[in-house]
Amino acid sequence: MRVFGWIVVVAWSVAWLGVPATSFAQERAKAFVGAKIIPIDGDEIDAGTLVIENGKIVAVGPADAVDVPDGAEKIDAAGKIIMPGLICTHSHIGGMRPGSGAADGSAPIQPGVRIMDSINVHDAGFKRAVAGGLTTLNIMPGSGHLISGQTIYVKLRLEDPKPRKIDDFFIRDGDGKMMGGLKMANGTNSMRDPPFPGTRGKSAFLVREQYIKAREYHDKVQRAEGDPTKLPPRNLHYEALVEAMQGKRIVHHHTHRHDDIMTVLRLADEFGFPVVLHHVSDGWKVANEIAAAKAPCSVIVIDSPGGKLEARYVRYETGGILEKAGVPVAFHTDDYITDSRVFRRSAALAVRAGMSRAGALRALTLAGAEMLGLQDRIGSLAAGKDADFAILEGDPLSVYCKTLETYVDGRKVFDRSDPDDRLNAVGGYGAGNSRTPYLCCFDTANANQGGSE
Amino acid sequence: MNGKILSCSNRVLTPPRLVAGLLGALLFALLPTSAAIGQIAVRGKTVHTMAGPPISDGIVVIKDGKISAIGVADQIAVPDGYQVLSAEIVTPGLIDAHSTVGLAGIYNQKHDQDQIERSAPIQPELRAIDAFNAREDLIEWIRGFGVTTVHTGHAPGELMSGQTLIAKTAGRTVADCVIVPAKAIAATLGPNAQKSDAKSPGTRGKAIAMLRSELIKAREYLDKKQRAAEKGDQGEPPPRDLRLDALGQVLEGKVSLMITLQRAVDIASALRVADEFDIKIWLDGADESYLLVDEIKAAGVPVIIHPTMTRAFAEHENMSFETASKLVNAGIPVALQSGYESYVPKTRVVLFEAAEAAANGLSFEQALRTITIDAAKILGIDDRVGSLEVGKDGDVAMYDGDPFEYTTHCTGTVIEGRVVSDKPR
Repeated sequence: MRVFGWIVVVAWSVAWLGVPATSFAQERAKAFVGAKIIPIDGDEIDAGTLVIENGKIVAVGPADAVDVPDGAEKIDAAGKIIMPGLICTHSHIGGMRPGSGAADGSAPIQPGVRIMDSINVHDAGFKRAVAGGLTTLNIMPGSGHLISGQTIYVKLRLEDPKPRKIDDFFIRDGDGKMMGGLKMANGTNSMRDPPFPGTRGKSAFLVREQYIKAREYHDKVQRAEGDPTKLPPRNLHYEALVEAMQGKRIVHHHTHRHDDIMTVLRLADEFGFPVVLHHVSDGWKVANEIAAAKAPCSVIVIDSPGGKLEARYVRYETGGILEKAGVPVAFHTDDYITDSRVFRRSAALAVRAGMSRAGALRALTLAGAEMLGLQDRIGSLAAGKDADFAILEGDPLSVYCKTLETYVDGRKVFDRSDPDDRLNAVGGYGAGNSRTPYLCCFDTANANQGGSE
Repeated sequence: MNGKILSCSNRVLTPPRLVAGLLGALLFALLPTSAAIGQIAVRGKTVHTMAGPPISDGIVVIKDGKISAIGVADQIAVPDGYQVLSAEIVTPGLIDAHSTVGLAGIYNQKHDQDQIERSAPIQPELRAIDAFNAREDLIEWIRGFGVTTVHTGHAPGELMSGQTLIAKTAGRTVADCVIVPAKAIAATLGPNAQKSDAKSPGTRGKAIAMLRSELIKAREYLDKKQRAAEKGDQGEPPPRDLRLDALGQVLEGKVSLMITLQRAVDIASALRVADEFDIKIWLDGADESYLLVDEIKAAGVPVIIHPTMTRAFAEHENMSFETASKLVNAGIPVALQSGYESYVPKTRVVLFEAAEAAANGLSFEQALRTITIDAAKILGIDDRVGSLEVGKDGDVAMYDGDPFEYTTHCTGTVIEGRVVSDKPR
């Protein structure tokens, strides 16, 4: 039902754009035949067939077991690899300034602020992301707050019609509401001069205080039973916190140090919000505790430890150690911290340091979908799921692997043989953001290598 | 020099380090004590010497820190008492042609950041040897991936930020590690060197005017010294000026001017200044160098290309994974670098940057050259390092597969005959 509702919404918005509303209706099926298929939720298939139609996967399996429907366009994919589109659980692409957007520096807790109001849909980063085989992002606000605001889950619909506004990227739930989470952080990330906290104890206090107020706000709303004279004034900040406590908004929590990780788990337990631990540099030190709390981890893989105190003990081994402890593991780019075009490298470096191949590939796809609550729609190649996938040349864990094509909802959004797309894939003159209309007021303080995540 | 490295590395392996626990000490934990002798041979199923075709089942024999023999294993006798290591792939110890490790520390706190001095835009008199922390953890980190030589020092970010040095990646003190104490002066063109204070350049035109003025002053200083010397005892040399001494070395061709820049406009300016003063420059970073291939080649200027995976925004927005390929295939001397990182990660690993270049147009051999022999030639240290040849330093990196593959491990690193890392990484 959800999916049906979403197609209706897209068709409606396409009509509004003045584009012929052909949309997905009656689209000719496509069958990719002969590829090695990595479905993620099953064994790798040496010579397989993937059939898609109207933006959905219709069938996937060994070539000799999948019927290609009459009238389908048959595409020879022998020698290539097909895997689900990659899902980045933590990205900052399009946030107008590297690593920023949504909440400003005025207060440490701003859950009512939305990153979707601050995204440049023309950012070259989106084009680079599809060149890396990415199809879904969780775009995060922040950094530097205890609560930076609301994140947005997007699909990179870069074709047909060309995206013109962030709405074209939305993933909507069954009620037609755009989906996203809530960005939180602790440790030194959100510690600075007042009104920001100066210590970890104060950080946790400020957060608890707000969640308690939000709970009281919700209780008042409940007691009012819709009577306008009894309803409290609407509060956007509390509304977002209430959604988190109701499980409708997943908390994506930046946290590095082992004790900060334990603080997140303590707060999640107290207020009952679903939480994904992000970065988790010290996660390997408290892997069993994270497993016991059943908290999934979105891990960043960076080339060396350090750069800030909390990342001193970051290790390539983290993914494997968490995996062995039974913790669901995904990876993220934190783009611009790492480039989305080399996202597969994060998984490969984890394998280099002991993670299983299957676990690492799952961590780029289905595990990320689960951490966004989208596992029924994306993240694996299975009949009924969205036709989001990448066609590769070479093994996905190899440095020599190339993303040849990327599809979102069955539409080709990246084609390496297209000169414009290739420019985004490898870089070169004109590949940058100077082509976008946003040039004024660039914050040179943030322009140096680094960003602020 | 050689003896110092041997003795210091020996002391690195003392018991307290073995029990220290975390990451760093683990690198050393399994080192055989025989390594202290420094007589060692490294056998590889494939040995990439970078001085000829790869050798199948080759061996490198290292005596007293220098390579004494190299060739096919069954044709070379390893003297008694030598420790023999083996690996799938053996390469020369890697060279990182531009880094800031040793000055820019792992913690990124004020106390461990000596790579940039913000008090003035032009300070070529700042020596890297006075700021290099030989025991910095990031040096140990890159050594674990096979990097044995690093060109490091003052960072980009001021018009002329200071000097650089070349060091081996193992040693207790700067004197232990350094092989060239003053190699280049780090300069920066473009917005990263522009500031709003009255002392700093605020535009590209101002930056070049300041740079030229300073070089002219240094020229006059050298001329005065020269005239005084010609007069013998009657001569009156100018008062000694450390800044002009440093720039004088650039004018005399003893020290290079390494100019970090990204845009084609800045590359053109750098070439113009080099021509005017007849000085040796290196283009560093040089994101848009692919637009000026003919000019760079005609000027005979080497390019130390930005990390292949540099972040593609602001001045780097037009970076390309294929720049190394375009320049190498045009015949321009190219080295790769880990570069300067102001945040996370605090250093890159030059092996990984070469790997991406190998995946984007460079052949395996060409990519390996950018972090071995070609880097050594640009840095002027190819008489010692960069290839596996008799008489050169016994610096070797070992891998359990294609060094560029994400999932391959560096299984050991040897510097001047001493095992300095043997935990697979």
